[in-house]
Amino acid sequence: MRLPPGVSRSDFSAAIAEFEKVVGSQWVFTSDEDLDLYRDAYSPFLNEPEERMASAAVAPSATEEVQRIVRIANRYRVPLYAISTGKNLGYGGSAPAYSGCVVLDLKRMNRIIEVNEANAFALLEPGVSYFDLYRYIQDRKLKVWIDCPDPGWGSVVGNAIDRGGGYTAANYRNHFDSHCGMEVVLPSGELLRTGMGAIPKAETWQQYKSGCGPWIDGIFSQSNYGIVTKMGFWLMPQPEAYMRCTVSLPRYRDLAPMVETLNYLENSRITAGFPDIASPLIGYPPIGQIQLWNEDGPPHMTDEHRKLLTAVDLGYSRELEEYGLKSQIPYWQLWLSFHGPMEVIEAQWQATQRHFARIEGAKFNTVDRVSVPLDPANIEHFHEPEFGIPSLRAFSIGARTPWNPTPSKGHMWFSPIIPRTGAAIIEANRVFSRAARDLGMPLFRSFTLPACFWERSFIFILATPVTEDPETNKRYREGFKKLIEIGGQQGWGEYRTAPVFQKSVMDVYSFNNHALQRFHETLKDAIDPNGVLSPGRYDIWPRHLRGKPS
Amino acid sequence: MGLLGRGSLAQDPQTFAAGRAVYTKWCAPCHDPGVTHPGTHALTVKYQGAKPGVLLERKDLSVNTVRVIVRHGISVMPQFRKTEISDQELDALAAYLARNTPSN
Repeated sequence: MRLPPGVSRSDFSAAIAEFEKVVGSQWVFTSDEDLDLYRDAYSPFLNEPEERMASAAVAPSATEEVQRIVRIANRYRVPLYAISTGKNLGYGGSAPAYSGCVVLDLKRMNRIIEVNEANAFALLEPGVSYFDLYRYIQDRKLKVWIDCPDPGWGSVVGNAIDRGGGYTAANYRNHFDSHCGMEVVLPSGELLRTGMGAIPKAETWQQYKSGCGPWIDGIFSQSNYGIVTKMGFWLMPQPEAYMRCTVSLPRYRDLAPMVETLNYLENSRITAGFPDIASPLIGYPPIGQIQLWNEDGPPHMTDEHRKLLTAVDLGYSRELEEYGLKSQIPYWQLWLSFHGPMEVIEAQWQATQRHFARIEGAKFNTVDRVSVPLDPANIEHFHEPEFGIPSLRAFSIGARTPWNPTPSKGHMWFSPIIPRTGAAIIEANRVFSRAARDLGMPLFRSFTLPACFWERSFIFILATPVTEDPETNKRYREGFKKLIEIGGQQGWGEYRTAPVFQKSVMDVYSFNNHALQRFHETLKDAIDPNGVLSPGRYDIWPRHLRGKPS
Repeated sequence: MGLLGRGSLAQDPQTFAAGRAVYTKWCAPCHDPGVTHPGTHALTVKYQGAKPGVLLERKDLSVNTVRVIVRHGISVMPQFRKTEISDQELDALAAYLARNTPSN
């Protein structure tokens, strides 16, 4: 039997026996074989002593069972680590942040409590995946869209509380922002409802977010202050039509005005679909089309073009720009999408073109103009998540393809938030490309364009592979930590990260001698005095484990 | 185990349906036909025509191979926990995917 650190064999055996009384022995796992299923499949410590391992796993099917398990954990001081569907691959998967925790596997709590079409919201348990919710909506022919990230098997609740993002309209893409109301089991075992849910008879739990008084939902995201057992989400009414258009710009210097114009249009809600920045001239695809490059291969490039690319600095050379102008290959291409009644989105696209036309040489193209729902035969033509359709297509990243003969074992996402300016894109490339070269980190391309999941900021997202070779993984891990530190010196910090990097990332958020972290610890001590819930998650440790190497 | 000699379970219509349901829920998004399914694309490239890239067309999958890969993962495919695919569901899935395989 594996043991949590500091827990005696007899106490642990007693706790396990009590867990079995709550959920039934078939839902308590203690054998090595079963616990290996809780390893992080993309762990950068794969097969090394530091790889995070569970001591047991327990899988409740209802909130009341979660409460009982938490009370037992307190009694025996057994640390728990809550997961939803456990598919947070690239950000920690189903493994605990602290080895020896009992994983509280909420996958069986998979009830879709309500999907309300009239006011476009849903109330869900944490085991519900995007696939589950999508099927539920399709089976009932409800006219609402979900907003999903690329991997469709993830938890709607879990992704939101890890503050993930998606691809539809701006006010739904930020999954935490689009939630409304939570039910939380506190580390004491007590049950709490937030927002209007705190009024016993309220019918507005999923209709008004903050209720009255301090709005505390944020502290239950990327943290260890409670176990979210229900969570509400605002859904997007199914739009009548969808249009996808491009703005193509010919010169390197057009990057800054492109971003500035995009910001104005998006902040004014003239365009609200997922904006996707590409560079046909540099050979950088829009995020929404990476899977097409993996499936069909990258677009053809002449030898002359390829040769010019070997001599660019920060994505630029005069010769490359001249080649682009001569060959009519845009330096930058902004993909924009619009959802709504056709006459409305046509007008939005017209206004968008008028604004971008101020940049000399701007060209416009309407790539797709379709009514919704899509013809099922047509779905694969699109990046499904941009239609709120979950898929696993994105796993072509790292998988074997004709263009990637050596598949990886997984990946970890380096994803700092940078300002939404053209200058910041170039500066991030300058800083990180030099650092990556020095550190021997494999950045996929010589110039990186950021992701526009969020309004108001960019995520400068880079995938770093996980391999089966410990030496290589060690170099990438250490390089990853160094990139975090270098980014922090510029004022850039990750929006989310895997447990093995959470300390490095939180160290960057250091204003006033780490006042934020100290506040997190004050909360932890007050809410979870025994430190039983998810110790170490986002580097928030209970008092008795603080200052120890994780 | 002797439990799953070729086809014994898969020939049972209930098990066949259960196996197909597990396949549809958990495997199809990556392993259905076509390059838009990364598992299929990867296996097609790996086998270079020696074997089909589509799992449902395979005639050499043993019950044990399916079990091992589902519980251990391979390449970017993660392992699956018992709260996702129970042992019973895995038996049905394995029997379903091995239905065309001569005695294994």
